[in-house]
Amino acid sequence: MSTLNSKIPPGPLAEKWSYYKEHAKLVNPANKRKLEVIVVGTGLAGASAAATLAELGYQVKAFCFQDSPRRAHSIAAQGGINAAKNYKNDGDSVYRLFYDTIKGGDFRAREGNVYRLADVSRNIIDQCVAQGVPFARDYGGLLDNRSFGGAQVSRTFYARGQTGQQLLLGAYGALERQVGLGNVKMYSRHEMLELVKIDGKARGIIAKNLVTGELERHFGHAVLLCTGGYGNVFFLSTNAMGSNVTAAWKAHKQGAYFGNPCYTQIHPTCIPVTGDYQSKLTLMSESLRNDGRVWVPKTKEDAKAIREGKKKPEDIKEEDRDYYLERKYPSFGNLCPRDIASRAAKEACDDGRGIVPSGFGVFLDFGDAIKRLGVEVVKARYGELFPMYQNITNEDPLKTPMKIYPAVHYTMGGLWVDYELMTSIPGCYALGEANFSDHGANRLGASALMQGLADGYFVIPYTIGNYLSSEIFTKSIPTDHPAFAEAENAVKERTQKLLSIKGKRTVDDFHKALGKIMWEYCGMARTAEGLTKARKMIQDLRKEFWSDVNVPGTINEFNPELDKAGRVADFIELGELMVVDALNRNESCGGHFRVEYQDQGEAKRDDENYRYVAAWEFKGVDADPVLHKEDLVYENIQLQVRSYK
Amino acid sequence: MKFNLKVWRQKNAKDQGKLVDYTIDNINADMSFLEMVDVLNDELVRKGEDPIAFDHDCREGICGMCSMYISGRAHGPQHAATTCQLYMRSFKDGDTIYVEPWRAKAFPVIKDLVTDRSAFDRIIAAGGFVSVNTGQAQDANALPVEKADAEKAMDAAACIGCGACVAACPNGAAMLFVSAKISQLALFPQGQPERNTRAINMVNQMDEEGFGNCTNIGACEAECPKEIKLTNIARMNRDYLAASLISE
Amino acid sequence: MTNSAIFKSSVGKKALMGVTGLFLITFLVIHCSINAMIFLNDGGETFKKWGSFMGTNPIIRTMEIVLVAGFLVHIVDGLLLWKQNRDARPVKYAMNSANANSTWYSRSMGLLGTLLLIFLVIHTAHFWIPNRMQQGLTHWHNEIDLYGKMLEVFQNPVIVAIYIFGCVSLFWHLLHGFKSAFQSLGLNHTKYNSAIGWAGTAFSIVVPAIFALMPVSIYLGWIK
Ligand SMILES: Cc1cc2nc3c(=O)[nH]c(=O)nc-3n(C[C@H](O)[C@H](O)[C@H](O)COP(=O)(O)OP(=O)(O)OC[C@H]3O[C@@H](n4cnc5c(N)ncnc54)[C@H](O)[C@@H]3O)c2cc1C
Ligand code: SF4
Ligand code: FES
Repeated sequence: MSTLNSKIPPGPLAEKWSYYKEHAKLVNPANKRKLEVIVVGTGLAGASAAATLAELGYQVKAFCFQDSPRRAHSIAAQGGINAAKNYKNDGDSVYRLFYDTIKGGDFRAREGNVYRLADVSRNIIDQCVAQGVPFARDYGGLLDNRSFGGAQVSRTFYARGQTGQQLLLGAYGALERQVGLGNVKMYSRHEMLELVKIDGKARGIIAKNLVTGELERHFGHAVLLCTGGYGNVFFLSTNAMGSNVTAAWKAHKQGAYFGNPCYTQIHPTCIPVTGDYQSKLTLMSESLRNDGRVWVPKTKEDAKAIREGKKKPEDIKEEDRDYYLERKYPSFGNLCPRDIASRAAKEACDDGRGIVPSGFGVFLDFGDAIKRLGVEVVKARYGELFPMYQNITNEDPLKTPMKIYPAVHYTMGGLWVDYELMTSIPGCYALGEANFSDHGANRLGASALMQGLADGYFVIPYTIGNYLSSEIFTKSIPTDHPAFAEAENAVKERTQKLLSIKGKRTVDDFHKALGKIMWEYCGMARTAEGLTKARKMIQDLRKEFWSDVNVPGTINEFNPELDKAGRVADFIELGELMVVDALNRNESCGGHFRVEYQDQGEAKRDDENYRYVAAWEFKGVDADPVLHKEDLVYENIQLQVRSYK
Repeated sequence: MKFNLKVWRQKNAKDQGKLVDYTIDNINADMSFLEMVDVLNDELVRKGEDPIAFDHDCREGICGMCSMYISGRAHGPQHAATTCQLYMRSFKDGDTIYVEPWRAKAFPVIKDLVTDRSAFDRIIAAGGFVSVNTGQAQDANALPVEKADAEKAMDAAACIGCGACVAACPNGAAMLFVSAKISQLALFPQGQPERNTRAINMVNQMDEEGFGNCTNIGACEAECPKEIKLTNIARMNRDYLAASLISE
Repeated sequence: MTNSAIFKSSVGKKALMGVTGLFLITFLVIHCSINAMIFLNDGGETFKKWGSFMGTNPIIRTMEIVLVAGFLVHIVDGLLLWKQNRDARPVKYAMNSANANSTWYSRSMGLLGTLLLIFLVIHTAHFWIPNRMQQGLTHWHNEIDLYGKMLEVFQNPVIVAIYIFGCVSLFWHLLHGFKSAFQSLGLNHTKYNSAIGWAGTAFSIVVPAIFALMPVSIYLGWIK
């Protein structure tokens, strides 16, 4: 075990970033043209990075597995993006955004990174507006803000319920502009399947052309992984169907440490699972909790009657309802943080009081809001959300309460990176949700978009220069170098193996089985016993997968089942690491709740022993991973117990 | 529920392709259309047949990836919904359902129901942006925008680039898509400096890609899952004509 | 960009359709108003007066050349659009429920236009061509008796039917074309759209109806 160097610059918190920028090495324009950068992923992080690096003069190659960079999963973010603009004059500041993010993350994030994030958040809004992102405005024509996720200030910028879409389209426009100018070469429908290392440094990737099945070798002086989160390890999540861990996992296997893999965010307001056929879960915006009241019946009998359709929610009298969030957390009530609201829903359902046939669902009731404000006001407030819910469930939330249940939404864990966003492999960077950096053990609403764009627009353009300045004498390495051949062969062998098994179970079968294990034992509540059991189950599942999976088709064609199989294989390996990490962390913090470590139902952190980032080193599929700790140093804030009672 | 499906199967771009019949049973009315296809694919894989290839990703109506021409309509019979947001309750038990890919010269078929829509990316690359490098922006509130304009711009910006407009248009025209981007930027002060060149470059690229010409039929507007309006096309026409007739 | 490049572009071509379309609409107004003089039932006196003014006035005769050019451009441009649009979808849908999203006549402007073209040939063969042939280049006042010719031609029920059919085609063509011209030229404004739509519908009904009434009235002997 070693300690990790996070390379946080010296000096007072507020000046660290300026200090860094002033001292980082630069690359002159003529040299930039000779340097090639590979950007994998074109979500907010990838698109903004690729565009900005190309603007600076680097030769960029960008990759995404969708048919267009515009379709990255960032497009689905609804709520908004935080920025410490203080346009509302309500007392916001860079420091406050920094503090809220650290506290929201349950004191498991780095001070230096988070402060930088809060600081550049303001530039992000300027940049996006200049690109023509249609943020909501007030009647004076100035930008509007709302309060989001229980924040005490209004610092969230939004574009209706489509903020992620609009931000991504802004970045996509910037990216396409560089494509048009010839500075970025875009590879859509390409999937990165291996990282190529030469002399210990990241020097390229093996990517598969998903249309033809061909494997391609690409060289880069540096490789940026902006490949998003791994929530799909749970099979059902609010992530897009294609979201995966493959790129990050390949880097991990090549030596990049994986940070805090067990930190997952489970969002409390999603549409419950209704059947086995279900392919994904849909998020209903958190803002619904502003007016909706969460409840289940007080008695199991009533709950059973509702599940069986013998009673309707209206039949349950006011005094027979348990508004459990209001009961448990009188001061925050329905607006308590995501992890807490999710866990409370699970408790109620585990208690046998769930109200959907599967048993896993609670009511989100707008009855009182409608009485108080009238149907029209409520309808206007949640404009697109109600019709969306009705379309999916065929029930009108204005007439009968919504049914919701928590679902996996975001992964705070990811590739370990230092202050420069470099992983433990020199020249390999991770940006956006793919890295572990800024959200600690729990992410605040509207902060992921901020982080993705901060990384891409404002951090990497500076930090990459510090590395590339020493690479200006490295000529492009021809891709017939043995390291490329070896990497390509490894991919080929693995693919052939997948195709040759011709077993009985489909890829989705395995994915669902993995999801069940993860959700059951590594979801909202975790125990040492359960995790130990889960690890064994996952190991067995992996063996079964490699002996009984049925992947149709061939390698030389458009073959989505094959692509899926590769991703599921990686998810299985990742799942085991998550379990190992969760087992190691003998405390409860943020999204990681260990049943053994609680104080009357509330998470109990152990700052003494676990105030560190767990960065795991890969040692082989069948070997135990090795833990490296990065101590979290708090020089500017006092650690506290999060309380929302 | 039970359905008879007639699905377009085409091995690759060069293959002729044909409609193939499938029957599928035990379909739940609350399934989405894509989940129904998942179930069918699961059966096909188990039988050792090639599953149906189709594009999809977010499955919540925002990424624009899903794209099926269902029973003669782009994204199927439901108004203002993408294929992934179409539920089986929109069909009657026993229905025969046709499933075809988008059909347009500019969207060649890759496999089965998957088409190549990269023409849209090239149109955006021709001018669908504001030329501002990172770091060049002034304060976000330095340029106020009238709320009504901001709302109209947002209406246009809601386009998900799915291509249903092209698929539904009898002329295979892409004007709704192109005009949505031109309109969004034309409504903002930030978009003014490049307003003329943008309109000309994007229209020229659109023509180069082999899309058809608009004859104001309106099928695009009727089938657009995001309800993008024809007024955007008028605005584009105006901008393009003004740009090419007046500018030097 | 050069102005000729505009008309090679998609937007330019449809603008050209719009401009020529609106121009032809103004022609319809004049043509229809003058011919409607026959309903005065004064033995064609008023009609002849206006008719011969139109046939002999040098300014009008010059405009006539522009009119013919307008027709030609509208037709050629239309055919070009039709061909390119057909090429834009090489493989047709096996199942297409187009009626669910658009009207049949908006989709059939090429067909309606072709019908109108055929009608135009028949119609000009009846009146305009014989007249101009007799006038030649120099004898402008040597016109044929158009009124008499009308009374004669419209005794044939087949011809009357053809004319009615032509007017019906014109109705559908205008019903889409009128509004469409404004849209193509970018003249679209939420405040005025309904007025344009209303005017378009009214125009498409009134003008073809008046035209159709002419052969019918003559055939039925209402006009002598
Ligand atoms: C439903 C939903 C709502 C959300 N709402 C909010 C919100 O309101 N506010 C907020 O701040 N955050 C929100 N989030 C979180 C936020 O959207 C994401 O964390 C963020 O957008 C991630 O951006 P990214 O650039 O890191 O990755 P992504 O946008 O996921 O992009 C990943 C990219 O990597 C590519 N890729 C992946 N693997 C490979 C591979 N192997 N080879 C090649 N390319 C690959 C993909 O093609 C894609 O381009 C939401 C998330 C969800 C799921
Ligand atoms: S305009 Fe509508 S139909 Fe066309 S691409 Fe955009 S969202 Fe799809
Ligand atoms: S799958 Fe994303 S819009 Fe349908």
